[in-house]
Amino acid sequence: MARTPAELVGAQPGPPFRITFDGRPVTALPGQSVAAALWGAGILAWRTTRVGGRPRGAFCGIGQCYDCLATINGEPNRRACLVPARPGDAITTQEGHGRAALGV
Amino acid sequence: MLTRNSADVIVVGAGVVGAACAYYAARSGLRVAVLDRGSVAGGTTGAGEGNLLVSDKEPGPELELSKVSAELWRKLSEELPPDIEYEPKGGLVVASDEAGMAALRDFASGQRRAGVTAQEVPADRLRELEPHLAAGLAGGFHYPQDAQVMPALAAAHLLRAGGDRVRLRLGEEVTGLLTGASGEIRGVRTAVGELHAPYVVNAAGTWGGEIARLAHVALPVRPRRGFVLVTEPLPRVVRRKVYAADYVADVASGSAALQTSAVVEGTPAGPVLIGASRERVGYDRTLSPEALRRLAAQATALFPVLAGIRAMRTYIGFRPYLPDHLPAIGPDPRVPGLLHACGHEGAGIGLAPATGLAIARSLTGGEPPLDIAPFRPERFSPAA
Amino acid sequence: MPLSASEPYDLAVIGAGSAGLAGAVAGSELGLSVALLDTSAQTGGQFYRAPAPTLGAVRPEALHHDWSAYTDLRRRLARSDVRHLPGHHVWSVTKGDEEGVGGGAGDGLWAVHAVTGADGSGERPVRVRARAVLLATGAYERQLPFPGWMLPGVVGAGGAQAMLKSGLVLPGRHVVVAGSGPLLLAVASSLAAAGARVPAVVEASGYLRYARYPRALATNPHKAAEALIHGAALLRHRVRVRVRSAVTEVHGTDRVEAVTVTRLDRDWRPVRGTGRRIACDALAVGHGLVPQIELATALGCATRPLSDGTRALALDGLQETSVRGLWAAGETGGVGGAQLARLEGELAAVTVAARVLGRPAHGGRVRELRRRRDRMRAFADAMAAVHAPGRGWPRWLTDDTDVCRCEEVTAGRIREAIEDLGARDARSVKLLTRAGMGWCQGRMCGSAVACLATRGHTAEPPAERRPFATPVPLSALAALDGPAAPLATEPGGPADEPGGRTTTASGPDASPGDG
Repeated sequence: MARTPAELVGAQPGPPFRITFDGRPVTALPGQSVAAALWGAGILAWRTTRVGGRPRGAFCGIGQCYDCLATINGEPNRRACLVPARPGDAITTQEGHGRAALGV
Repeated sequence: MLTRNSADVIVVGAGVVGAACAYYAARSGLRVAVLDRGSVAGGTTGAGEGNLLVSDKEPGPELELSKVSAELWRKLSEELPPDIEYEPKGGLVVASDEAGMAALRDFASGQRRAGVTAQEVPADRLRELEPHLAAGLAGGFHYPQDAQVMPALAAAHLLRAGGDRVRLRLGEEVTGLLTGASGEIRGVRTAVGELHAPYVVNAAGTWGGEIARLAHVALPVRPRRGFVLVTEPLPRVVRRKVYAADYVADVASGSAALQTSAVVEGTPAGPVLIGASRERVGYDRTLSPEALRRLAAQATALFPVLAGIRAMRTYIGFRPYLPDHLPAIGPDPRVPGLLHACGHEGAGIGLAPATGLAIARSLTGGEPPLDIAPFRPERFSPAA
Repeated sequence: MPLSASEPYDLAVIGAGSAGLAGAVAGSELGLSVALLDTSAQTGGQFYRAPAPTLGAVRPEALHHDWSAYTDLRRRLARSDVRHLPGHHVWSVTKGDEEGVGGGAGDGLWAVHAVTGADGSGERPVRVRARAVLLATGAYERQLPFPGWMLPGVVGAGGAQAMLKSGLVLPGRHVVVAGSGPLLLAVASSLAAAGARVPAVVEASGYLRYARYPRALATNPHKAAEALIHGAALLRHRVRVRVRSAVTEVHGTDRVEAVTVTRLDRDWRPVRGTGRRIACDALAVGHGLVPQIELATALGCATRPLSDGTRALALDGLQETSVRGLWAAGETGGVGGAQLARLEGELAAVTVAARVLGRPAHGGRVRELRRRRDRMRAFADAMAAVHAPGRGWPRWLTDDTDVCRCEEVTAGRIREAIEDLGARDARSVKLLTRAGMGWCQGRMCGSAVACLATRGHTAEPPAERRPFATPVPLSALAALDGPAAPLATEPGGPADEPGGRTTTASGPDASPGDG
C-alpha cells in the first residue's frame, strides 16, 4: 500500500528547490503550486482575514474560492493554488487586503 | 387604523425614494403600507453608488432639491444607525487641461451664487487632497457638501426607522389601481388581493411609467443604463468622490449614445467603485466591453495606482429619467389621491429625503420644504 | 496581430475538461477551426486533473477512474489542429456586434474575453472571436456552512482531491470526509490510497435512497461499478461510512484538532445528544457540485432547476442553449460525470459542424449519441434528488457561524437582514449584508444564502447574474481596445503537454492592442 501520494503515482520529480514562507525555508517540487508546496510542509494558513484577522489557506483548490490568496514576492492577492512555485519565491502571510501600503 | 387591508397611504416601491416617503409620512403620523414586487432596494437603489451630490448640479430646481436633501441626510445620519455608512467626505472634480479648468470655474461660480460651497484647488495642491491622483492635471474644485451613503442599507434603515406605522409587503406586485366614482384613488390591487388607502405614492423608479399607466395617465419615465465597476477590497486609496470635468456634461446630456466619465470613490467596505456610463438601450442587461474599457481606462488615468488592481465584478443599473431630466414629485391633478415620486435619474439616493419630505407634507397638507412646482408630474401631458 | 489565419474560429470551446476536449477534437475532426481555452496549464479539467509533467508521475492513472478515456482524447487533441490556449481565464462572452470590439456591427460573431499571464496584476487581455461557442466550464463544489468551517484544515472535498491529483499533497494525516454526494466516496478512497487515514466518511443522505431509482441504476452499470470500486477501496482501508450524519462542529484554535459528528433526521436536522467527537487533523467537506454557468446566464441563457436545488443550463436535444449559437456540454447542463460530458461534447460538436459548415449531420451518429446521453442524464437527475440538502440543515448554524467566507458575514446578520431589513432573496441579502460580495462572488456561500433567504420556500432562486466570471485587472480592462484580437502568440513556445498547438502566456513585451 502506498504511504505517500508521490509513491502512489510513482512520481520521479525533478530536483526539489527552496522557497520561503515568512522567512522559513520550505522545500518545493517542480510542478507544484505554491499552495501544494506549503501543504507539503504542513502549512495550512498563509493569510489573515480583513475583518476578524482569522487564519486562512487553500480551500477549494481550484482557484474559485480565493481563500488561498497569498503575498508572493511582495505582490498580494495571488491564488496560491494556481501559482506555480518557483525557486526562491518568498511567500509572506497576507494580512487582510494585503495592500496596507496604499492606504492614505 | 392600519388593518391588514388598509392604510393611510400606499407607497409603491421599496427603493430609497419609497423608503424616504414612507419614513417621513410615518413621522407625520400616517400609517403606511410599502409594496414592492421584489425586495427592499431591489431595483435602481441596489445598483447605485450612494452619491449625495451637489457638485454635479447646475443652478436650478434639481440643485435646490439636492441642497435640501443634503441637509436632511445629515440629520438622518444622526437618527439612523451607522450601518448606512454616511460619509460627509466631499467631492473633488478635476480638469485635465486649462480649458477644462476654465469651464469648471465658470460652472462653480454659478453654483456659488446658488449657495454651493466650491473651492478651487490649484494643480500643485490636488495631491494634498488625493495623494494617488495622476500627475499633470490642471486643477480642480473641492465640494465639501458632497457625501455618500450605502444605498441599500440606507433604504432598509429608513423603512425600519418608520417603526410600527410602516408595513412592508414585499414580493407583491401592483396589478391595478382601485378608484372611486369620480376617479379618485381608493387603493391598489395586487396578485394577493386588494389594499385600501386614499393615497397612492408612485415611487416605482424606472417602472414609474407603468404605475402611471395603471392610473391611465402618462409619465414618460425611461431607463438609462449604467455600469459600475467594483474593485477588490482596498484600504482607503481614494478619500473623496473624484471625477473628471466631463461627467457634468454627460449627466446633463440627452444623448442616447454611450457616454462615460470616470467617477471614482472608495467605500467603507473596501472596494473602490468606478462609474459612470450612461446609455439609452432599454433594459438590455448584456455586458458592454466598450463601456467597461472606457471606465477602466478613465479611472486608471485619474488614479494610476488602480491599474494593478482587479475589478471583481460589474453591475448594471437603470436610471429612471424623464425627458427634462427632472423628477416627478407631488400630487397628480389628473388622478386625485395619486402622487408621484420617481424619475430621479442617477440622483435618487441623494434626492430621496427632500422628495420624501415633500410627499409627506403634501399628504398632510403641510408646507413643502421647497417649491416643487418644477417637478409637477403632469408637465409632460399635452393638456397640461 | 490576429491569433492565427483561422481567426475568427468556427468554434471556441471554453473548458478543456472531458466535455470541452471531446467537443474540440470532434469539431476539429469534422473540419471546424477550433480554439480551446482553459484556465489550467494542462487539459483534463477537474476530473482528469493530473500532476504537472515535471512531477514525473509514472502512474497518474492511480488517482483516476477511466484514465484511458482521457488519454485517448489527449492523443486526438495532439493530432488535431485545435488551437489550445492554456492558462486563459475567460471572464465574459459577448456577442460581437459592438463598434470597435466585435469586428463590425451585426457580424454575429462571439467574442470570448479572457485574461492570461501571472495571476494578479500581470494578467493581460485576450479576445478570441468565433462563429459558435461551446461552454464546457464544468462545476464547482457546493458548500453548506457549519460552525468551525473557517478553520485551517477544513478544505473542500473536491479541493483536497484537486490538490492531491495535481500537487501530490494531503491536507493532513487523519482526514475526515464529510458532506453529501457521490464525490465523497471517490475522495475518501483517493485520500486513503495516497496514505491518509480516513477516520470516517460522513454522508448526510442515505445511500439506500439510490434503491428508489432502480431503473436508472440498471441502465447505467458503469456508475454502479464505479461505486463498487470506491466501496471496495474503502473496505480495504477500513474506512467507516456514517450515513444520515453531518459534521456539526470543528474543534481547534488555529487548525483542526477534531470534529463533532451528529446524527441527522430525515430533514437533516441534527438529533440532540448524538454528537460524537472524532479526532482528525483535517476535514474534507462538500455537498455536491454546482454547474458553473455564469458566462451563459450573463448572456440571458435559460436555466432549469435540478432536484438538488442547483440550476443548470436549459439545453435543447442537441446541446444548444436558449441563445442561438451558444452550446453547452457536461456539468453546465447538470452534473453527470465525465462519460456523459464526453458524449455531450461530441454531440455539440456534431451539431455545431452541421450549422457552421452547412451540411447535415450524420443521422445515425446523432441518434446514438442522443440515446446514450438521455439514459445517463436520467441517472444524473436521480443522483441529484438523492443528495438534495434537507430543509433542516440551517439548524447546524449558530448566529456567529460565518456563512460568507470572504466578507465574514455571519448567519445572525443574514437572519437579521431577512427578518428586519426586507431581504428576500440572495441578491438582497447580498446588498444588505455583503454576503457574496467578496473575492469569490458568492460561489462558496451562494447556495447557502439563497436557501436561508427563501427560508425553505419553494421559490427557486433565479440563476445569479455574475457578469465577470473571474476578476480582471483594471489595466487589462483598459486595454480591451482594437478591432483585431489582441493576442500574443508564441508559436513553438513551451508546451506543458502534447495537445494541439499550444499558445502559452508570453512575456511582458506582448502588449495588447498592438494588432
